[in-house]
Amino acid sequence: MNKPVSPDELTTDEDGPLYAPRKKVYPQSVSGRFRSIKWRLMAVCLGVYYLLPFVRWHRGLGAPDQAVLIDFPSRRFYFFFIELWPQEVYYFTGLLVLAAFALFLMNALGGRIWCGYLCPQTVWTDLFYAVERLVEGDRRAQMKADAGPMTVKRAGRRALKHAIWLMIAWWTGGAWVLYFADAPTLVRDLATLQAPVIAYVWIAMLTASTYLLAGYMREQVCVYMCPWPRIQAALTDEWALNVTYKYDRGEPRCSVKKAFDIRSLGEKAGDCIDCNQCVAVCPTGIDIRDGAQLGCIQCGLCIDACDAVMTKVSRKTGLIGYDNDINIQRRVAGKQEIFKPVRARTVVYASLITVVCAVMLYALMSRTLLDVNVLHDRNPIAVRLSDGAIRNGYTLRFLNKRGFDRVIAIDVDGPADAKLHVIGADSVTPDRPMIVLGRDTTTELRVLVTAPFDEKAEKSVPVTFRVTDIGLGEVASATDHFVLP
Amino acid sequence: MSEHNEIDRVSGRSTTGHEWDGIKELNTPLPRWWVLTFYATIIWAIGYWVVYPAWPLVSGYTTGLFQYSTRASVATDLADLEKLRGEKMAVLGNASLADIEKDPALLALARARGKTVFADNCAPCHGSGGAGAKGYPNLNDDDWLWGGSLDQIMQTIQFGARSGHAKTHEGQMLAFGRDGVLKKDEIVTVANYVRSLSGLSTAPKFDPAAGKKIFTENCTSCHGDNAKGNPELGAPNLTDQIWLYGSDEETLVETITNGRAGVMPAWVGRLDPVTVKALAVYVHSLGGGK
Repeated sequence: MNKPVSPDELTTDEDGPLYAPRKKVYPQSVSGRFRSIKWRLMAVCLGVYYLLPFVRWHRGLGAPDQAVLIDFPSRRFYFFFIELWPQEVYYFTGLLVLAAFALFLMNALGGRIWCGYLCPQTVWTDLFYAVERLVEGDRRAQMKADAGPMTVKRAGRRALKHAIWLMIAWWTGGAWVLYFADAPTLVRDLATLQAPVIAYVWIAMLTASTYLLAGYMREQVCVYMCPWPRIQAALTDEWALNVTYKYDRGEPRCSVKKAFDIRSLGEKAGDCIDCNQCVAVCPTGIDIRDGAQLGCIQCGLCIDACDAVMTKVSRKTGLIGYDNDINIQRRVAGKQEIFKPVRARTVVYASLITVVCAVMLYALMSRTLLDVNVLHDRNPIAVRLSDGAIRNGYTLRFLNKRGFDRVIAIDVDGPADAKLHVIGADSVTPDRPMIVLGRDTTTELRVLVTAPFDEKAEKSVPVTFRVTDIGLGEVASATDHFVLP
Repeated sequence: MSEHNEIDRVSGRSTTGHEWDGIKELNTPLPRWWVLTFYATIIWAIGYWVVYPAWPLVSGYTTGLFQYSTRASVATDLADLEKLRGEKMAVLGNASLADIEKDPALLALARARGKTVFADNCAPCHGSGGAGAKGYPNLNDDDWLWGGSLDQIMQTIQFGARSGHAKTHEGQMLAFGRDGVLKKDEIVTVANYVRSLSGLSTAPKFDPAAGKKIFTENCTSCHGDNAKGNPELGAPNLTDQIWLYGSDEETLVETITNGRAGVMPAWVGRLDPVTVKALAVYVHSLGGGK
């Protein structure tokens, strides 16, 4: 922060730059256990994202055969065998709750492993780094090129890099819109410029955001923009495994030769040889040896780098590893390391996940495929007929969530001798109005219930509309009130 | 600016020289992107003057390059809406009233169209739900002055009642008192008789035989021998429980003395035929018609 300065030190009223400029990070390529886990997870994540829209799922006549489809025009969401209607949006709430608890559990077990392995920002930035290294060379080559003058060769490489980046970004935006329409059709329409404008707008927006976030902003997203590092500090505890520099083993740092000399005198020398490899490979440009910090995304690449160096100097690997402060204290005190994945916190998270899963599964299995809602007329609330009888009007809304048409009969339980009249019913028997419900649609009907006027009757009597599927015998009902004027 | 310059000793930055209650404003420069955005808005505004209507003149305004007009764009939108509706409305226009009643999709379409048209045109008199008011018939019940079939309802909507249109429904409740046909006490007697027809209580000194005699001589020509009314003349059924103006003795005396002649306007020139058809279907569905 600003410190008080004496007026003598101020020779100019130029205030200097407002913001500290970004220091560009040139992460060096690395290979090892965590790097290969990252490659595989990247392949899985990107594979699912890019290819899922093309997976087919046969649902029958008239229904879309895309496995995962968010169908806005007809207000349906399809996920393999599940078809959700707008009023069932609580399933998404359940999914979000599940996602949150899964993050909490992950965090309690392994710290910010979401950030390091699964976060889209990490996945795409990693991919963009790979492209950059492929085209412009590794850390040293890039730093040297950036320090030197711009040559034709360098400009060409840079153009190639941006072209590949833009292609990836463009296909990222393209895959996104494929979730909202039949993918093969939309691909053809996009290619022949027949697709709706909104599709191009979304592709453009996601191309731009992918290109900017993964190509330019990179670790700044994690450090400045993302709320998760702030939140996870409140969620983590002393047992969570974090990428940790084991300073009890590493300090004091000294070269291999010097360490040999010190150790031959019987004094303690650390295993860290201060080669800075852990810093060189870090995608957020931090020094893990400074301890746990906001910029660390727990990707474990410094572990790979350090292990390689330790192997080279014939020392035990694991100077940097998934560990916690408890173990460092225990080792200092000469005690055994302990790891405790089963703790109150993790048990609570795991049970909450189980409960939410069970509730969602039950809701999904027991959801009705025939439904009826009722709305009483408000104006007039009741009508007196010429013979003195009372009539109430209602709007019934039927939901047929099955993929075929069906015939339903409507019955009414209400005041004594109540008669039901359905406007536009295809009646088979006079007293039991029947209608055909189209497949996978809602149908709205106006019905009139008439009952003889009874002076002694209650002012308001419950009235229940029962809907029976003639073929399947499924029954649904809705209750409202029959009101006297 | 430079003569005001003064260095703030705490932050090391210069001040603007503005001071409020001992607090001085630091001369903090804006970020460059902010300043550039500001300049861009100025350029945008100049472009706006040229492209869109912007400057008021003595009699008129600058129309801009695009000749943009909100009025014209509303007209275009309305034309687009009509075009959008056109196909479906054409189907509605070609279907007969009976066909519309039978086809659930057409019925739903006609009711939806009818509902909005009803709210725009009919609700002021008949109420938003068609519940009516004194002198304005309730369209949810089963009593129809001019007939409650689909065709009869459509006829009434098209030409109205006593509307002045050549094809309108005609029919008049005569002013028996004002015109001197019946005396005051005779009117009270027949009013009580009419109440007795629907099973309502009558005055203590009421003579049913006298009432029946007056009714037969004066009223049956329109209301019928058994007082069941006549939809040809718009004469209401006097034996049921529904009263357009009220059933108490005072109201009936007023009705018989001065007559009634409520007016329903003709909609034939104001609404297009398809709309009238949709409206008839909607009104018929309110109470199921007859």
